Amino acid sequence: MAQSRSMSLPNAHDAVFPIGVILILGFLWALMAAARGGDPTMEPHAFMMMGGFALGLAALVFGVFDNRFKFDSTEYDDNVIKAGVIATAFWGMVGMLVGLVIALQLAFPETFYFAELPWMGFGRLRPLHTSGVVFAFGGNMLIASSFYIVQRTCRTRLAGGIWPWFVFWGYQLFIVLAATGYLLGITASKEYAEPEWYVDIWLTIVWVAYLGVFMMTLVKRKEPHIYVANWFFLSFIVTIAMLHIVNNLAMPVSLLGAKSYSAFSGVQDAMTQWWYGHNAVGFFLTTGFLAMMYYFIPKRANRPIWSYKLSIVHFWTVIFIYIWAGPHHLHYTALPQWTQTLGMVFSVMLLMPSWGGMINGLMTLAGAFDKLRTDPVLRFLVVSVAFYGMATFEGPLMSIRYVNALSHYTEWTVGHVHSGALGWNGLISFGALYCMVPWLWKRKDLYSTRLVEWHFWLATIGILFYITAMWGAGIGEGLMWRKYNELGFLEHSFIETVEMKHLAYIIRALGGGLFLLGSMLMSFNLWMTIKGRGNAVPLDQVVPAEDLPDTPTLATV
Amino acid sequence: MSEKRIDEQSGTEVTGHEWDGIEELNTPMPRWWLWIFYASIVFAIIYAILMPALPGIDSYSKGVLGKSDRVEVVEELYKLTDQRAVYANKMLSADIETIEGDEDLLRYALAAGESAFGDNCATCHGTNGQGLPGYPNLNDDIWLWGGSYEDIRQTLNYGIRALHEDTRVSLMQAYGRDELLTREEISDLTEYVVSLSGREADASAIARVSTLYQEQCASCHGMDGKGDRLQGAPDLSDNEWLYGGDRATIVETLTNGRAGVMPHWKERLSPDMVNSLAYYVHSLGGGEKSDAPTQ
Repeated sequence: MAQSRSMSLPNAHDAVFPIGVILILGFLWALMAAARGGDPTMEPHAFMMMGGFALGLAALVFGVFDNRFKFDSTEYDDNVIKAGVIATAFWGMVGMLVGLVIALQLAFPETFYFAELPWMGFGRLRPLHTSGVVFAFGGNMLIASSFYIVQRTCRTRLAGGIWPWFVFWGYQLFIVLAATGYLLGITASKEYAEPEWYVDIWLTIVWVAYLGVFMMTLVKRKEPHIYVANWFFLSFIVTIAMLHIVNNLAMPVSLLGAKSYSAFSGVQDAMTQWWYGHNAVGFFLTTGFLAMMYYFIPKRANRPIWSYKLSIVHFWTVIFIYIWAGPHHLHYTALPQWTQTLGMVFSVMLLMPSWGGMINGLMTLAGAFDKLRTDPVLRFLVVSVAFYGMATFEGPLMSIRYVNALSHYTEWTVGHVHSGALGWNGLISFGALYCMVPWLWKRKDLYSTRLVEWHFWLATIGILFYITAMWGAGIGEGLMWRKYNELGFLEHSFIETVEMKHLAYIIRALGGGLFLLGSMLMSFNLWMTIKGRGNAVPLDQVVPAEDLPDTPTLATV
Repeated sequence: MSEKRIDEQSGTEVTGHEWDGIEELNTPMPRWWLWIFYASIVFAIIYAILMPALPGIDSYSKGVLGKSDRVEVVEELYKLTDQRAVYANKMLSADIETIEGDEDLLRYALAAGESAFGDNCATCHGTNGQGLPGYPNLNDDIWLWGGSYEDIRQTLNYGIRALHEDTRVSLMQAYGRDELLTREEISDLTEYVVSLSGREADASAIARVSTLYQEQCASCHGMDGKGDRLQGAPDLSDNEWLYGGDRATIVETLTNGRAGVMPHWKERLSPDMVNSLAYYVHSLGGGEKSDAPTQ
């Protein structure tokens, strides 16, 4: 083994040149924007980008001269995943904290109103929250877990040498630029796609690199077949690239300024926006996270996937049907009715394909249900699938025009999103992180299983508070809005319906606070596991080699 | 790669593939799942036949039922307008006795007024018209510009310091900011104002500014501080305050002045709706008879 290792030490210099060119071009553009832009909001961003690109170049130069870019192709590339795991836990807490702040702003608008701090306004913090949890927390989780899973299920090291690191750091730069842009008041005014054109271009570059790394890893796989999780990851990466590029087509006012105008206008802009927005949920938060489910549940439960056929059929039906369902976000608007009809019927047809994933996840546990009692990590994974099933039932229900007439613009929508986001995306990410950290850092176990139990109950109770409060507030205000007296006048003023929601807003903030507290416990637990405290004894100190659950198996093949 | 063995726990065959220790069972798709999926497709097809659904080159399939949201909305709005027309027309010219003499018209005026109030007025005046600091309480009998049906209608139509040439205008000067009075004078005047509502105040300060009050304040608020509705000048003697009657707030008012704005609704609400709203506000508790002292 030692011999084969010394023979296979290729270096990753191939990637240095293209990455260097990208960073130099980026640096020069940022320099010009800082010097000549004449755009006060762009200036701090331009300096930030210069800093980011300069650091990247410095790392490249240092890496080349210090001979750091060598790797052992018989080992998995785990360091970039370790970085991704830490980034996920960090951004998760940031995004959820901002969510708690805006929940408190809604519950107590006078107390949490800061007239002197424009960046603390709801309008700037709200996109910071959504992008923080979806793209920073969720995105890092997806990138890290996809790198983890694709290597193990293809039995090969990540392709591209240092390209995976470019993807990781490039994505962090995107997050920082997006977040600081929101706080500075830079926005393209597209929901869930608020960053301006130059940040969009940067994300496109990073995303294409991500697609390249993932695809080339699949190409050089040592397994005859591609595992189902990788189908889902690939559909996620490809579709997000398409959605991101089309939705963000825009004309900058100046090539050195922040502002741009969308290529679409009026109802076409709205339709493009919701084609994007809905499929960001579909392909970022659904297929990407289903990929995690398809790896971590069978792995943790040590059971085979329940039905291969179901996984094929529900994969193709989900990706084919999901992409058409966007118009249900624009029922009873200026969007032509025929488009609304199509959006609705495709959403209804989406129910069973979505449930295919839930069935496969839950049935994979058949015969291993007893493990739920003793393993809170597995419980995270399973309960997340249950929330997935609930949210994917609620979604098609709300897409039906006559239900939507009640639910649209109400808190019900917010509750629905959070039963998916907290219940499904949140819990499965926590479960996956609890799996990956001891496996990556080669620890016998997590630092504390009791803390995992605490986290599980805090998160679950937090979600229940959140969604029941939003159901009550949403259905309540929906009913109040549509109530007429016998002369055809509205029974309730809008402001009355806002007053009605006060208690629900407080309960929601409480639920969100519990959820945040849980993820802070997790971060602590993971950190102590990495440090090797408590039960997280480093594996090489305790157990015989055959008990190593996830040591690379390449060398033995 | 594992062979196609039978999984012991489930008794089902595995597919023979294996990735990182994960195998797959060859379980067929659940029938109920498949049938519900088929049913949803059938539903989708039927619904798409019945409703507008498919785009063409310059039109779209109208659907067998011939339904159209936009047509339905317009029809319903016309129906509603027709249904209300008889009352709306009466409201155009009705005075308060006519409204109160016609039970149906009264119910209409209150319903229309309450609805319009909720949508347009409640944000500032509160959902029950109880007011907020700077926004008058509409339930009491204190009126800056008059509380008769006609006065209220005038205020609604043209607003106060609003963007309409006939708007009601008056000005509380910023005596401190514009350096019309010194800090000491404002401090003494504050004592004077406090004393007007029968509260204890510094007698020597009052004595120092009693001439000043007559020069600067009495022309609007009156010698006795009773105010003047013709100028929208508040009564300073009733110990009811729009912005607050504590000393600090009075100093603030004297220093920076006040110029609250009530928008004009003439172009935004139909005339019959303004009348209904005026009647509703009048009915909240403090409405005055039309022959009450007014402009």
